[in-house]
Formats: sequence, structure tokens, C-alpha cells
Amino acid sequence: MEPFKKLSAVAVPLELPNIDTDQIIPARFLWRPRAAGYGELLFNDLRHAPDGAVQNFVLNEPRYAGAKILIAEQNFGCGSSREQAVWALYDYGFRAVIAPSFGDIFYNNCCKQGVLPVMLAPAQVAALREAVAIAPGEVTIDLERQLVTGPGGFNAGFEIAAFQRRQLLDGMDDVALTMALIETITAFETGYDRALPWLAAGQTLH
Amino acid sequence: MTERLSLFEKIWRRHTILEREDGAVLLHVGRHLVHDGTAAAFRSLADRGLTLRRPERTFGTADHYAPTTSRDIASITDPGRRAMIESLAASAQTLGFTAFGLEDRRQGIIHVIGPEQGITQPGLVIVCGDSHTATHGALGALAFGIGSSEVAHVLATQALWQTKPRSMRVSVTGALAAGVTAKDMILAIIAKIGAGGGTGHVIEYAGPAIAALSIEARLTLCNMSIEAGARAGMVAPDETTFSYLKGRPFAPSGEAWTQALNYWRSLPSDEGAAFDAEVTLEGAKIAPMVTWGLSPETALAVTGRIPDPAAEPDDERRAGMIHALAYMGLSPGTDITAIKVDRVFIGSCTNSRIEDLRAAASVVRGRKIVIPAMVVPGSGLVKAQAEAEGLDQIFLEAGMEWRHAGCSMCVGMNGDIAAPQERCASTSNRNFAGRQGRLARTHLVSPAMAAAAALTGHFTDVRQMMKGK
Repeated sequence: MEPFKKLSAVAVPLELPNIDTDQIIPARFLWRPRAAGYGELLFNDLRHAPDGAVQNFVLNEPRYAGAKILIAEQNFGCGSSREQAVWALYDYGFRAVIAPSFGDIFYNNCCKQGVLPVMLAPAQVAALREAVAIAPGEVTIDLERQLVTGPGGFNAGFEIAAFQRRQLLDGMDDVALTMALIETITAFETGYDRALPWLAAGQTLH
Repeated sequence: MTERLSLFEKIWRRHTILEREDGAVLLHVGRHLVHDGTAAAFRSLADRGLTLRRPERTFGTADHYAPTTSRDIASITDPGRRAMIESLAASAQTLGFTAFGLEDRRQGIIHVIGPEQGITQPGLVIVCGDSHTATHGALGALAFGIGSSEVAHVLATQALWQTKPRSMRVSVTGALAAGVTAKDMILAIIAKIGAGGGTGHVIEYAGPAIAALSIEARLTLCNMSIEAGARAGMVAPDETTFSYLKGRPFAPSGEAWTQALNYWRSLPSDEGAAFDAEVTLEGAKIAPMVTWGLSPETALAVTGRIPDPAAEPDDERRAGMIHALAYMGLSPGTDITAIKVDRVFIGSCTNSRIEDLRAAASVVRGRKIVIPAMVVPGSGLVKAQAEAEGLDQIFLEAGMEWRHAGCSMCVGMNGDIAAPQERCASTSNRNFAGRQGRLARTHLVSPAMAAAAALTGHFTDVRQMMKGK
């Protein structure tokens, strides 16, 4: 995973609340392998008409070309657990999403893919969105200092769990981390299997 | 002083392998459920040169891509989609876990067959790469959905890194009125707390109206916890739970049953256990519900009217309402019962169990539908049971389609979709834009309400229809 330390980039505002992962990546594309790339499919049904024509949607505006930061609304990424939603954001070029709140599973998926989810108060998100809409300019996110700065003197700190912060800063592979703990896991499982022996029931049926 | 622990807290502690100083907890996974959308995680495992740590704790089925018109995999014409089902079977073979393929009578929606087979049990951490995994909390498990990277991690380690969620208790007092179901109850809860109201929380559903529910109704209730943003939803195990589980294929028996029962009986929240948030609803006040917008939180009583965005003071919410009304083709002030429906879907992990099918059949029995309607049972065994009871004949004589088991038109990944602008009364869980097909318009309802709409062609208060019988 690519580490996330500090990013300065164009930020694009997306105003609707409750943007679910079906909007971010429609279900009909989910069978595609990761290697096929998902960037073109990000927000497909909002960006493209059924005939493929470009629709009136904020990502299609030239002034937001090359954006790497998305400024979203309440409950962004709610709904389905599909990690393809993060793949689509990543492949399109996004490395961070700023919102007042996120769907829990989407938030975790972001941290596994090197996309930083930044939670700010609703009024701060609205202020940043306004600042960017008036004077499109770079927004800077510093994960080490847990700080967002932007046009018009915007400046706000944010919270993130220590484990996820470390994971993003280091580009940490948590499977490797856990595999190094396998003896601890084995010891736990021995006790667990002894305490809940009935979990083996039915295993011979098939 | 003895600690007073909640159901959630007891299961969390039982499964904690270690806790880091930074608060991250490594949790053991009692049951890992996989499906035909898990291909990327299997690939990731193979790419790392790792193998499945606990094959006997892993169970799978083909559901998202399962065709509902045939059991023949060759009937899936799209090679990409067919490969998803083939990948599950191949992974099960290579890695040695139990999987129910299209040819198996036990195949079905993972959240239907887990409880049905007795794989789902009280007091376990259960995870699956699907957000509706909270369903399994109905039996007193801590069950939640995870992403593909986390699935790969569980395959390799049978464990998962988590930060501890907060807890919320949702109490429903009194009893539900006739014609009102667990589906209406959960829609009323989501309407009250909002689509993000449960974010970061595990919900325990409690109170007399919950305790009175059957296991199938509790499964419907817990299923939609994610639509309130919650990590998981759960109901304390009780005698209803134990009698449901007894005799199921993967449930314990004999001496093991007694051992299990001792653990299960220790699980309910202690008197005085603390919750970070409390919400209470009055059961008798809940009416049959219908959603009007693009989030399950837009649920209203069937006796209600489409709200007016002009009356919404919050800018973001008003923008969301205007967007939703335009997509749904609805005007403020319209009576819910005046909305014409084009199609009905009865199925999904929310409402495809035998009790759901019985409820729908009791409404349509001896009547004819006026709009297309399909019934998709949640598993091959639910289908067989319905056929043994003659429910399939009731549906077919009414003019409905009777399909094979799968996720079907809840998510449309197998090609079962509604047409653009088509208005669908659906027993599924999400009314998101495009969820049932591009530009399709979804309204969430209970199976009885869906059946009533199929008979009249518009939303109809099923309580009125029951009086006429």
C-alpha cells in the first residue's frame, strides 16, 4: 500500500448527503478484476448518460481536473461493503476524502487502500467547500500533524484512530503484521476451541 | 462489585486475542462466511502465498450472481459473471471449506442459509464481505460486514483488527399491531434515528415487542441495521433462539448441545449494563411503512404523504430531498396510497424466508395481480418448504413468477433488474439510486405490503385488505 503522509492537491466539492457505495460504483461493474482498473467507472451513472454522453456533474468540470481530494457530505460511503468503491476513487486519482461522517465499512476500506478519510465538523466541511468553490485552489492534508489547510486561510485539525493513522503513514500491510503474531493467535485459539468445543459439530455432515 | 456487561461486551471480550496500546483490538472470528463476490480476496490470499487458516470455520454459497431462472451455470451468458460463481467453487475445492453451489439444495443467500443450517450461533463473532452480515445478530451473535482486504486478512489469520464500536440500545415497547411486521419496525427505527444514526455503534434491540418476534422476524430486523449506519445489530438469545437452532445440521447436539446452551444462557446483557446511546419506540404506534426517497431513512407510514422540501430548514437535506423527488418522479403532498407501482419484487436477505413467503401468499391467495411480480425464495430449502405448503401454486395462480434462490433484484448483479423509471415495490433493503437497475425507482416495503401493491397496482394499506378477507 502506498503511504500517505502529506498531500497538496485540487479538491472537488460534492454536496449531496448519504452518497452510498452503489453511487460510487454501480453493482453491475463489480465482477471486473482489480487489474482492469476502476477509475473510468467512478460515479459512472452520475458522470455518464446511459448512451455514454458526458453529464452535468461536478467531476466533469474542467476546473476540477486532476483533483485528488473529494469534499463530501454526511454519511459518505454508506451502504454496501464493496471495496471497489475505494478502488474506483483511487484509480481515478483520489487520495483523500473529507466529510462530516462516513459509512463505517467504507472508512475502514479507505485505510486499507491508502485513501485517507478525514472527518471534520459539518460547519468546517461546508466552509471548506465554499472556499474551494469561490477560489479553486489547493487543499493540503498533513496526516502527521492531523491538519487540513485550504484557500482563504482555512485551517482545521482532525481525529483519526492511532492504528489507522500508523497504517496510512507507513503504508502498512496488516496481513504481514498479523502473521507475525501467529503464535499468539494459535495460543488464543487453543483456549477458544476448548471453551467452545461444540463449534466442531456438524463438520462431518458434508 | 461485579461488572454489568452487555451482550455485545461479552462477545467482544470472548473473542479478543490482544489489545494494543493504541486501542486496536485483534478479534478472533468464530464463523467466516463467503460468497461469489469474494473472488478478489481469494486472489489476494494466493498472491501472498498464504492459505486458509481455518477451513472448518469458513462457509460459502453462490448468491449475488446466482441465476434465478435456472440452476445451470451455463445459463449465465456473461463470462465475467459466470467466473465469479466458478471462482467460489474452485476456492472451496482448493482451500477445503464447505460451499453450497447452484447444484446444492442448501444453496441460497448467505444470510438466509447461515441461520437455516445452524452455522450462525449465539455468542460468536461472525464476519462476511457483505454489509448485511448484521442479519446473523438475530441469534445473539456479533456479526458485521467487512471489505475485501479484511476478508483476505480473515482468510489468512481467522482474525481481524478492529477499534471497539460504541453501543446503542433500541427498545421497542408494547406489541406490534396486526398487519405490521419486523420490516415496518426496522424502517420506523431508521426513519427515527437516520441513515447515519447508528454509525460507529453496535445496536442491541430489546423490549417486549422484540422479545415477541420469531427468529425470522428478528433476522429481518437485524438485517437492516447497516441502513441506520450501525456496525451490527443483535438480539439477546432466548428460548425462541434455542428452539430455532435445535436439530439444525451444523448446530450442536447431545452433550455438545448442553455445553453450548450453558454459554448461550450466559450471554444476555446484565441488568444495569450501560449503553452509550438509548432509543425507544412505541410498538403499537408503528404502521406499515413505505419509503419514498433514495435512502431507507425516508420511510413513512402508508397513511402519509410525500414531504415538501420547502419545509426542510437544512440546506444539505433540502438539496437531498429535491434530488430524490426528481429521481423518483414524485411530487410533494402526494398520498403514498396514490402512488402507482409498475413492478413487485419479493425476496432478498431481508425478506425471503418462509414466514415472509407465507405472509405474501396469505394476501394474494385466490386473487390476481395487476402488475408484474416475482417471488425469489432465499434458499433452495425455503423454496422446497414453500412448495410443500403449496405457496408456489398460490403465487403462480395469482400471476406471479416463482424463481430459484439468490440475491436477484435486490442488487441486480445476476441481471434481474427493473427498467429505467420503472417503479418497484420491493421487500429488499436499499432504495439507492440505480440499486435495482439504472434509473429504476425502488420503494421498500414488507412482503404483505408488496403483495397488496401487486393486487391493486398502487401502494395499499394491507390492514384494510386484511379486513376484507
